[in-house]
Amino acid sequence: MTPTLMFGLELAYWQETIIKVLLGLVALLLLTGGVVYLYLFKFVSFMQSRLGPMEAGPYGSLQLLAEVGKWLQKEDIATEKADRFVFRLAPAIVLASTFVLFAVIPAGPTAVVSDLGTGIYFVLAMSSLSVLGILMAGWASANKYALLGALRAAGQLIAYELPLVLAVVGVVIAAGSLNLQDIVAAQASGEIFGWDGIGNPFILTQIVGFTIFMIAVQAELTQSPFDMPIAESELVAGYQVEYSGIRFLIYFIAEFATAVAFAAIASTLFLGGWALPTAWGLGDGVMHVVGPIVISAKAVLLVGVVFWVRFTLPRFREDQLQTLAWKFLIPISLANIVATGVLKVVF
Amino acid sequence: MAKPQVPGIVKGLGITLKTAVETMFPDGPLKPPAPSKGAATVQYPHEKEEPAPRARGVIALKEDNCTACMLCARECPDWCIYIEAHKTLAPPRREGGKPRSVNALDRFDIDFSLCMYCGICVEVCPFEALFWSPEFEYSEVKIQDLLHDKSRLDQWMHTVPDFEPLEAGSEVKVKKVPR
Amino acid sequence: MTAVTDRQKLQYIAAKAADSRVNVELETEGMTLNIGPQHPATHGTLRIVARLDGEQVVSAEPIAGYMHRGKEKLCEVRTYPQINTLINRIDWLGSFANEVPFILAAEQLMGIEAPPRAQWIRTMFFEMSRISNLILFLGDMGVQLGAVTPAFYAFRDREFVLNQIERVTGGRFHPNFDRIGGLKDDLPKGWIVDTKAVMERVRDFCDEIEELFMNAEIFSARTRGIGVIPADVAMQYGLSGANARASGIDWDLRRDAPSGLVHPELDWKVWTHPDGDSFARFWVRLQEVREASKMVDQICDGLPSGPIMAKVPRIIKVPAGEAWVSTENPLGEMGYYIVSKGDLTPFRLKIRSASFNNVSITPWLLRGVYVPDIITILASLYFILGDIDR
Repeated sequence: MTPTLMFGLELAYWQETIIKVLLGLVALLLLTGGVVYLYLFKFVSFMQSRLGPMEAGPYGSLQLLAEVGKWLQKEDIATEKADRFVFRLAPAIVLASTFVLFAVIPAGPTAVVSDLGTGIYFVLAMSSLSVLGILMAGWASANKYALLGALRAAGQLIAYELPLVLAVVGVVIAAGSLNLQDIVAAQASGEIFGWDGIGNPFILTQIVGFTIFMIAVQAELTQSPFDMPIAESELVAGYQVEYSGIRFLIYFIAEFATAVAFAAIASTLFLGGWALPTAWGLGDGVMHVVGPIVISAKAVLLVGVVFWVRFTLPRFREDQLQTLAWKFLIPISLANIVATGVLKVVF
Repeated sequence: MAKPQVPGIVKGLGITLKTAVETMFPDGPLKPPAPSKGAATVQYPHEKEEPAPRARGVIALKEDNCTACMLCARECPDWCIYIEAHKTLAPPRREGGKPRSVNALDRFDIDFSLCMYCGICVEVCPFEALFWSPEFEYSEVKIQDLLHDKSRLDQWMHTVPDFEPLEAGSEVKVKKVPR
Repeated sequence: MTAVTDRQKLQYIAAKAADSRVNVELETEGMTLNIGPQHPATHGTLRIVARLDGEQVVSAEPIAGYMHRGKEKLCEVRTYPQINTLINRIDWLGSFANEVPFILAAEQLMGIEAPPRAQWIRTMFFEMSRISNLILFLGDMGVQLGAVTPAFYAFRDREFVLNQIERVTGGRFHPNFDRIGGLKDDLPKGWIVDTKAVMERVRDFCDEIEELFMNAEIFSARTRGIGVIPADVAMQYGLSGANARASGIDWDLRRDAPSGLVHPELDWKVWTHPDGDSFARFWVRLQEVREASKMVDQICDGLPSGPIMAKVPRIIKVPAGEAWVSTENPLGEMGYYIVSKGDLTPFRLKIRSASFNNVSITPWLLRGVYVPDIITILASLYFILGDIDR
């Protein structure tokens, strides 16, 4: 691999990759932690007329640190009948399938760990690995509640993969490429009916796709109204019920990291990603610095929408969930693809 | 299954957002955010709420009024009041009279780990020696410390509020707390 | 492929034996799911042994008694004021309402009638305990269905009602306020004005819950047609309160068999719903909260002046006899049957609590429903464990 220039230094490929991975991890964890604080602790508390954690750090900002510390020092319990190896492997698989997503999300003109030609395809494929982890967790827990939760999760996540994929296809047709950087560029330098003041964010033309994508994201994250697998009042955390300590922490981080990842992807696909419209005249140099900030802001905004819906709506029953996916979302997204294709050819 | 129509769910989302905004900006959108004021909760122990004057927090004893008649100890549903007394002679009321024999309290303990806070003891006391006080912050590390003895119960008398005036139309006479 | 160890074989046999002890039919397939006694959905320590086929319930049996405190036996050795303290704790959410039928029965035996002001204030607190109880139901139904936010609104607005109760009685949850012959104390100054403001707040909360939660289509999808109880089945099982009224039975003890409370003098309406499903039960209770708040407003406006306590002897000895009084409590019909032999303590006190009968319908009702619907149905039936187990 040819050595590339990064921060003005000439680095070998492996050195560059390590630095990118580390930076990516730091960014991802900081962003996840910030999102957890902002939304899980504060926004939901304000929605419920209360203040949330206020003691740990100023205005409760170090609460997540305190929680991490609490979970880390807990006893590592596995029930007697649990299948130890699978039980321990399951959280790792769920976490891995999430962290891998961050490898392709661009945060600037060159700030991406791996600029794959089939970026979005990779994202969709990797995100469906988490189903495997959840099934493993449910089975290995040797607990009927966990099993029920895991089976529900399997059904739900697989069902909602399809609307997710089909909503993305509309964007791919409009942008003409599977590469995420190309999609961002298409939005930044695009124009709406000849006016390029705000570029061409696909949320305007693909509003149906955006809605379906966000609904499918809500389901992929197993958040209300699609949180049957976790269903706190029935299954008391479903497939996670037997996990405690670090392993539960891994699920927790995975849940929020996935939320951030999907929100970042949604903002890349629909809101223009790290780019501000080219018409605003900011060069590449500026975008190296401003790009990460822009995509973080857009992702945080979308995560906010996800959590807002989560804490307001009651949950669907499993069969209603499936009906929604198979009978409504998939036909609508198929129609969306057809319409996009036709309009793309016509215009 | 009902076909999802947007309005109901959207209105629900609107309500939670409205509550969030009201909590963050209780003085209206133009003033700076003040969530501590907008929230419905109180940040105990930094801020404290005043309980009502009649709140049943702790029982106070006015030792001078107590004659060890044992009514409170008998009527307590939990039998958490322990009284021991002995007879002494008190000086006569008038010159040249006989010394009176009165009960002097040796021990008057209320075990608040058993107390149900029902108020029967306060109600049946014929000599107005027991009173309710709204103090509630007396939790202890050891459960034995929840047995409040005579001197501690006497200390609580300082926290007993006066009886409030009553609503119009009431024919009950408001009593005074002996200080 | 794993060989079945001896240990696993023994565990299997033990599980089957345990199943047979609770009278669950031995089937070779299906999963026995134990819901409770420690479970967020069962309002306390209720255990439901459900035999599932996939996600459908084949049979379900409630096992109550994990919270049995022996109230009826305890009351046989307690004097009447002491009993008042104990029975507060039966239905702990609307606890003034527990005292009312007992006091009315004792007054009936003693031949004492409380003065009008006491009767009116008694009715007001009766309705306020209904409001406090049912507001929690409205929020709790949200939690059981997955929306956590309505519960917070419920607790926030219930605080005001509890604060008003505390200002008069001294206790938020256990007022211990009713006495044979009247009430313990009168209302403090300024209380009535504040209470009317609180009732406004209660009505606003009802509107908020309706808009936030009841109108959400997801709620309708989760509750309409779920747990339908036909009117005749409801009567056979002895359902009472909002559960019966939601099945279309137009029966409310406050109107049809009033005893000692001033409901006949107020202008109010009994709400029924023809469907008998979970949505109907939620809807009926929502309307009842609104109705109760209007009743409290009317009582505040029309409160007569007068003494608060009738002439009652110091030591209460109820004359020999038997009395049964039942009232329309927040959970349903609650009644006390006092058998007295002229002592300081009753000879026998039988408590007819509403939730015991309400929960008896679960084996019939839970057949063939899905697991999530179990939760919906239990939440909509609304029982308090203290009321079931006493």
